[in-house]
Amino acid sequence: MTDVAAQSSNVASATPDTMAWDSRARRVVMIYLPLACFILILLFPFYWMAITSFKPNAELLNYKEHNPFWITSPTLAHVKHLLFDTSYPRWLKTTMLVAIGSTFLSLFASTLAAYAIERLRFRGSPYVGLGIYLAYLVPPSILFIPLATVIVQFGLFDSPLALILVYPTFLVPFCTWLLIGYFKSIPYELEECALVDGATRLQILWRITLPLAVPGLISAGIFSFTLSWNEFIYALAFIQSGANKTVPVAILTELITGDVYQWGALMAGSLLGSLPVALFYSLFVDYYVSSLTGAVKE
Amino acid sequence: MSVTTLPSRGQALRQPGWLARLFDYKPFLIVMCLAPAVGLLLVFLTYPLGLGIWLAFTDTTIGQRGVYIGLENFQYLLKDPLWWNAVFYSIFYTAVATFGKFALGFWLALLLNNHFPFKSLIRAIVLLPWIVPTVLSALAFWWIYDPQFSIISYLLVDVLHLRDSNVDFLGSPWPARFSLIAANIWRGIPFVAISLLAGLQTISPSLYEAAMLDGATSWQRFRYITFPMMMPILAIVMTFSIIFTFTDFQLVYAITRGGPVNSTHLLATLAFQRGIAGGELGEGAAIAVSMIPFLVFATLFSYFGLARRKWQQGEAND
Repeated sequence: MTDVAAQSSNVASATPDTMAWDSRARRVVMIYLPLACFILILLFPFYWMAITSFKPNAELLNYKEHNPFWITSPTLAHVKHLLFDTSYPRWLKTTMLVAIGSTFLSLFASTLAAYAIERLRFRGSPYVGLGIYLAYLVPPSILFIPLATVIVQFGLFDSPLALILVYPTFLVPFCTWLLIGYFKSIPYELEECALVDGATRLQILWRITLPLAVPGLISAGIFSFTLSWNEFIYALAFIQSGANKTVPVAILTELITGDVYQWGALMAGSLLGSLPVALFYSLFVDYYVSSLTGAVKE
Repeated sequence: MSVTTLPSRGQALRQPGWLARLFDYKPFLIVMCLAPAVGLLLVFLTYPLGLGIWLAFTDTTIGQRGVYIGLENFQYLLKDPLWWNAVFYSIFYTAVATFGKFALGFWLALLLNNHFPFKSLIRAIVLLPWIVPTVLSALAFWWIYDPQFSIISYLLVDVLHLRDSNVDFLGSPWPARFSLIAANIWRGIPFVAISLLAGLQTISPSLYEAAMLDGATSWQRFRYITFPMMMPILAIVMTFSIIFTFTDFQLVYAITRGGPVNSTHLLATLAFQRGIAGGELGEGAAIAVSMIPFLVFATLFSYFGLARRKWQQGEAND
């Protein structure tokens, strides 16, 4: 009955919502079921991470008597061990410092570069833009060995400052690219008016262009923060001492000791290390998605 | 009114000192604006890239300056079964993982392109695997792949009774290879799906309406409208995905560190093992440099993808 009705309405008035779908059942099978599977699989490792962090060891390693999918007596022992018996707070602090430092450095460098390329318009500016874009295609995996020798030459080995200076190599290309797109969308007439009124170029950048490009700056900032928080290979290669390590490296190299893995503490560490980016992300979801998709569309 | 503004404008023009005038001088300003970005990239990207290529032709070790030895490193690598193994696994890993990511990611994008409740929330959730530090989610996978307490084994053995013994995910070469690929696909799906979703949303609904009026089936609509319209964006996203999957390091380093018996080494992890952990900087650099031809190939692919997009949309849109 519904089929006939749907078919006839299909021919008569095909609205985008109903045109492809004959019935509710088909919609459930074709959309909701696969979508539910996707979400289940994409989220399961996080659920597993979270549930492991709060399980007492007895439950963690005994599947016969305890249902592994649930906790019967949650405990904060793993988190406590992490926060008070290891240098975890210190690693968090270092990671935060590195992420914030490199984010600001890259925002500063890429705002100026994007402004010069898009607004100051000189001969060869498209080539400079292309060069910066190409830098994004050079992956860290082929750079870390020579970069390690450069870092040693500069006397920055084992210092978080090395990471703050090196991370912009993969942040600047992306941010510049994103900001060029934003600057493009700001009418040039606004700047011309200011020029006629006698403003200097830097005043124009500071007073007119930047305030209008705030959404772009936020997107670029969030993106940079997340990428530098997650960075691994440089932090692994350039930092030696346990105290200066960033969270991802420290969990892998400092928390794994011996043959018996402390899965509770490891998962608690992973959960805590993921929380800052997850929180940050949830606050700015729309900017994040727009930066990701905007970069692809540009 | 003009009487009052004129003198003040005159003052404003006279006021700036030589510094302000210097900053208003366009060539100087351009140099100043480009200096931080270009400086950082030259010192920490271009120079190391060149240095890496030079190191590949030397026998440098940690703490000892090397001398030029020509192609010796590469000749050694060509005879090294571990290097061939890493090349094979890098290509296999990239091919299978990229295929998986794009098949599943495209499907997810098509699903997300429908109307349903809590759409923006679901879209936000879907991106989670991509924003969480890879190493940390890799650790979760390591725990999921645990030989004794794997939750997947538990499901298969104790709940579904499909198997008699636990699955040995990481203990032998082929299962370990596929386990890593599965983790990589899991991490890559969100990026592909959200990027492609952005592409899907730019396709005009009127195309589908026209096709429906002509009696096209849903498969035909996908094959002759969605797919060709998505080609350019697919090419770009795929290039990025291929480059970063081929040079992947974190996932393998976190879960298997190249084992068991060096069967899951990617070129990047092998370069790290030889270059940094083993101290043979020259040889490690040679392994890293051997990745470049593959990357150049992928970049050309991107270039032609972009060129085709321009041709489709016309110059005015650029």
